[in-house]
Amino acid sequence: MTEGRAGTGTELWRRLYSGNTLPVATIILFILIIWYAGAVYMNSDRLIDQYERSNTDWDFEQLVEDSWSMERPILPAPQQIVVELDKTVLDKKITSKRSLVYHAWVTLSSTLLGFAFGTILGIVLAVGIVHVQTLDRSLMPWIIASQTIPILAIAPMIIVVLGHLGLTGLVPKAIISMYLCFFPITIGMVKGLRSPARIQLDLMQTYSASNSDIFWKLRIPASIPFLFTSLKVAVAISLVGAVVAELPTGAVEGLGARLLAGSYYGQTIQIWSALVVASLLGVLLVWTVGMLEKVALRQMGEQAA
Amino acid sequence: MYFCMPSLSVRTLSEVKTKPVIEIDKLNLIFPAADTPVHALCDIDLTVNAGDFVSFIGPSGCGKTTLMRVIADLETPTDGHISVNDMSPAQARLKRAYGYVFQAPALYPWRTVQKNIMLPLEIMGLSREEQRTRAARNLSLVNLEGFEKKFPWQLSGGMQQRVSIARALSVEPDLLLMDEPFGALDEITRDHLNEQLLQLWNQTKKTVIFVTHSIPEAVFLSSKIVVMSPRPGKIIDIIESTLPRDRTLDIRETPEFLEISHRVREGLRSGHSYDD
Repeated sequence: MTEGRAGTGTELWRRLYSGNTLPVATIILFILIIWYAGAVYMNSDRLIDQYERSNTDWDFEQLVEDSWSMERPILPAPQQIVVELDKTVLDKKITSKRSLVYHAWVTLSSTLLGFAFGTILGIVLAVGIVHVQTLDRSLMPWIIASQTIPILAIAPMIIVVLGHLGLTGLVPKAIISMYLCFFPITIGMVKGLRSPARIQLDLMQTYSASNSDIFWKLRIPASIPFLFTSLKVAVAISLVGAVVAELPTGAVEGLGARLLAGSYYGQTIQIWSALVVASLLGVLLVWTVGMLEKVALRQMGEQAA
Repeated sequence: MYFCMPSLSVRTLSEVKTKPVIEIDKLNLIFPAADTPVHALCDIDLTVNAGDFVSFIGPSGCGKTTLMRVIADLETPTDGHISVNDMSPAQARLKRAYGYVFQAPALYPWRTVQKNIMLPLEIMGLSREEQRTRAARNLSLVNLEGFEKKFPWQLSGGMQQRVSIARALSVEPDLLLMDEPFGALDEITRDHLNEQLLQLWNQTKKTVIFVTHSIPEAVFLSSKIVVMSPRPGKIIDIIESTLPRDRTLDIRETPEFLEISHRVREGLRSGHSYDD
């Protein structure tokens, strides 16, 4: 580095040091190293087997190279997933059944519908629990119990029952997603609706405010920060719900279906790329809710951090 | 001057002069508790007339805040009689007969200053225009013009408390209940707000009940000082102030002021036990 550039160099260093970039990059690098090493370790047994059966001469360099480029590896190397993603995301038309964008959209639509159902259900339950003491005591144990049942056990039953009622396709998947994601919203909203301090409630009392005034002008605004915290958790869970819902429905579309198909045919690269798209989708959803939260809370006069 | 004035004689006397706003007779309040019930208020007799500025003073735990909360129908007495504007406190509250200023500003953080003041007016169902007019008028009354669009966290503690006073005034009640409103503020801000409050009282001829544990504050502001003592909470002295209604902070140096302060202090001392 020349003398003249030293200033900007330290500036860059300072920003890297104080920002998120450097820590995140370090972790990524760390993961990649482990991943590549892991790919060699996991895939070498089968490769060595192959070499010996075909009487090929091989050295370690050959082994490493081959273990990162197998067609059906146990653990694919990262660059293989990138190539697969490039093929299925960018090269295919998004309407094609082989496009991951298309599958992601299928999953996203049931995620969003399930998230909407779950948000409504979660809020309605919370309002009931906060306002009706009987509901507080009768519903809460059931709500908690509902979350202890593995979703994989209950999903096929939901599909069968709803199918019998004539509901197929999007709605059953959304309902399974809702089943998972309403819970954090209920818990968060109950806490939020109960968050107003005694003095704030007393104030309403001195105005002889009606229950609906107390609800709309005090409890609801006070619960908004709690709601958004829950929504961020819930949107990630509803994606998990939507993916899981595709497994027992025998769906042929969606990220869950891709995972299942990949595992039938040993297409690990396909599984991994579906996983990557699912996690990117999750990040995108949580980020979107986070942005909405920022806008909403700023509107409500939250102190700029 | 008198000691432990029987409430009955005050009432007959006051009927001639002014209308009583609050009448309290043999009022008791006991908070039930598993071990020992707390006798928060014991045989309280008190009359507050229209236009009075009454201070409740006493050490913490003497029931001064509780008594005010009973007047505001935030607590229910165990027995005894109380009327506010010839109604039960509950009816008075439903008619929005009073404005209440709490120890803390209790502003809603998601509302701007203006919207905070408009809160009770929204609940009363006034028109938007009337809400805005009243908000502006009361903000200028507490010297906070131009702060309409600010959020509470952007204001100092003293300013927040002034907003809460403006909010109580915007209801335009004849009776103002103030529970240690300046307790958390520094001495200089407190002096300033005391003067403003006194001016306000003079201009508007409202009845004010004011809870404090500061002797100078009580003497400076009040036309009547109610001295209370704890365990059980009871009234031990009621002092009618001889100071003129029109006062400035300088009055605190006068012999009359010191004499009243002395009497309040004596009352507090006699009611206070140092055993605990």
